Amino acid sequence: MMRRLRPAIAPLDYTRRWSMRLWVGLVMFFLYAPLVALMVFSFNDSRRNIVWRGFTTKYYDKVMHNDMLMEALGNSLTIAFFTTIISLVLGGLAAVMLWRFRFPWKTAVEGAMALPIVVPEICFGVAMLIFFAQIGWPTDMPWPFSLGAITIAHVTFCFPFVAMVVRSRLASFNREEEEAAKDLGASEWQAFRDVLLPHMKPGLIAGALLAFTMSLDDFVITFFTSGPNTITFPVKVYSMVRFSVTPEVNAASTLLIVLTVIMTSVALYFQNRMAQSGKGPA
Amino acid sequence: MTTFPPNRVVQDNAAIKPIIQIRNVTKRFGQLAAVDDVSLDIMPGEFFVLLGPSGCGKTTLLRMIAGFELPTEGQILIDGQDMTGVPPNQRPVNMVFQSYAVFPHMNVRDNVAYGLKIARTPKKDIRDRVDEALALVKLDGLGDRMPDQLSGGQRQRVALARSLVMRPKVLLLDEPLSALDAKLRAAMQFELADLQEKVGITFVTVTHDQDEALSMASRIAVVNKGLIAQMATPSDLYEYPANRFVADFVGSVNLFEGKLIVDEPERAVVECPELGRVYINHGVTGPHEGTVHVALRPEKISLYRQGEAPPAPDAPVGHNLADGVIKGMSYLGDITVFQILMPSGQVMRVSRPNLSRFDQEDFTWEDRVSMRWHSSSPVVLLA
Repeated sequence: MMRRLRPAIAPLDYTRRWSMRLWVGLVMFFLYAPLVALMVFSFNDSRRNIVWRGFTTKYYDKVMHNDMLMEALGNSLTIAFFTTIISLVLGGLAAVMLWRFRFPWKTAVEGAMALPIVVPEICFGVAMLIFFAQIGWPTDMPWPFSLGAITIAHVTFCFPFVAMVVRSRLASFNREEEEAAKDLGASEWQAFRDVLLPHMKPGLIAGALLAFTMSLDDFVITFFTSGPNTITFPVKVYSMVRFSVTPEVNAASTLLIVLTVIMTSVALYFQNRMAQSGKGPA
Repeated sequence: MTTFPPNRVVQDNAAIKPIIQIRNVTKRFGQLAAVDDVSLDIMPGEFFVLLGPSGCGKTTLLRMIAGFELPTEGQILIDGQDMTGVPPNQRPVNMVFQSYAVFPHMNVRDNVAYGLKIARTPKKDIRDRVDEALALVKLDGLGDRMPDQLSGGQRQRVALARSLVMRPKVLLLDEPLSALDAKLRAAMQFELADLQEKVGITFVTVTHDQDEALSMASRIAVVNKGLIAQMATPSDLYEYPANRFVADFVGSVNLFEGKLIVDEPERAVVECPELGRVYINHGVTGPHEGTVHVALRPEKISLYRQGEAPPAPDAPVGHNLADGVIKGMSYLGDITVFQILMPSGQVMRVSRPNLSRFDQEDFTWEDRVSMRWHSSSPVVLLA
């Protein structure tokens, strides 16, 4: 009889059971096959998306020369940029407040901050639409002020994420470091700048990338708050799809996917590093 | 500032002003008084240790000196200056924190230089003083390391250098050795005492470890429940504890209740129901109502086979003697500790040095033994 070279499958060796492998394979397929198809067909040399007719990059060229789409992309990046800056300041400060101070209704404030995260986007979008209509927010301002309404809407759902990430980072802060700085002569501000801020940095970077990505690819809330002159990239793609799903749409979508995947990877990298340095010696 | 040779108590020298004066300081957290009407003076050049169990208020006292907590009542003076309303960053003291609180994103040099940079010291001075401080704590050559590349002991040295470079009037240390392993702790005890001698700065240390306190301090204040139980030199604290708490907390001790039946200037006798008659070669001073406690240290008791104890030369026959059976033994290498059950049902703790390699074989479980002690050994405690 042949000797068994491979050791028996242990109870926790899930990856070595064919049934488990099949399961994982199926999950991966259903998750990613549509995305892969979308990307592959962005290179399809055909007006239709159904049959493969050869490789081309002309739709990327077309996307690049689609002025309206490029204008939408410019809007999206501008909105994402300002949303990130404002969310960073608001979220960072909110995190410090919730971490540092005890005050009445603190739990209520914490809960209220998480609200934009849990409220369905569609409700949030409608609420924003009604809100801006009610207060009579001007719709005829010059660029980039015309993007104000969308930016405000984005900030409301982005800054709680920044606050959450930064706060979890602050939980690992050793208060004695701040006291040590003051003990060595630092003022409140100097101690914040020299000790607390460097500790918050990985959280701030991860939070910023998160906010940027969420703002960039938000559709629902933006759809309700954008005016005729303030089309964003996702909204524009949506309107293109309504006419027909051409490879141009695929190309535009692929660009957006690549952009967000890169940003999210960088954010995850910083969050990972943060988790590791949090575990190390205080 | 005048400094004194270390390990010499400078309590009653009227010409020297105390560097720290704590006057009737009380700190309340809600209803609880963490520090209860404490007054004490710390002299320049002292290595002063606040010793007590956890939660006794010693750390609160230290943090009030540093300025991180404010006294509810009373005042603290540093070098004659009232510190009420002076924030931590303007006090002439520096602190070494329990966690060391080394800034993790700065290298060793930048950590040590931090206080000087805040004080806008000229660049060249910073370099010289940082070099000097690093050499003092034996970290020269490690200036470019980041804190996560250092061992626990090295990080503590960074914290020490970072404080010492500021040339404070007083250095405060919060449980400085608690995070180190036993061997390193023993080495650091000597090194800290050495360092204090070299720089001549007053050290105030908080610890719950009596060995640490006894080995480093020039003077110890034992703190219990927010009050100072006793303030004395290490040897006085050990040999002449003022009350049961101190006797029990510092070192180990056998305590017996008894009645003082003779109290003359040259001798005293305590009748203990659980121990017999204890003869002491000096009188008892202080108010008492007949009931007192006798404290007997384990190492001050000699062990004999039953009936073989020679009569005590310095006490009347039948005094300072007790019989018992060995019920427990723990061999610790240098000494062996015996638990001896006496006919009264009380257990006496006796320690015996292992002077030769075979000493540990002299006695074993269930052996009947006699114990004897010198008439100078028992301490009569009134509180």
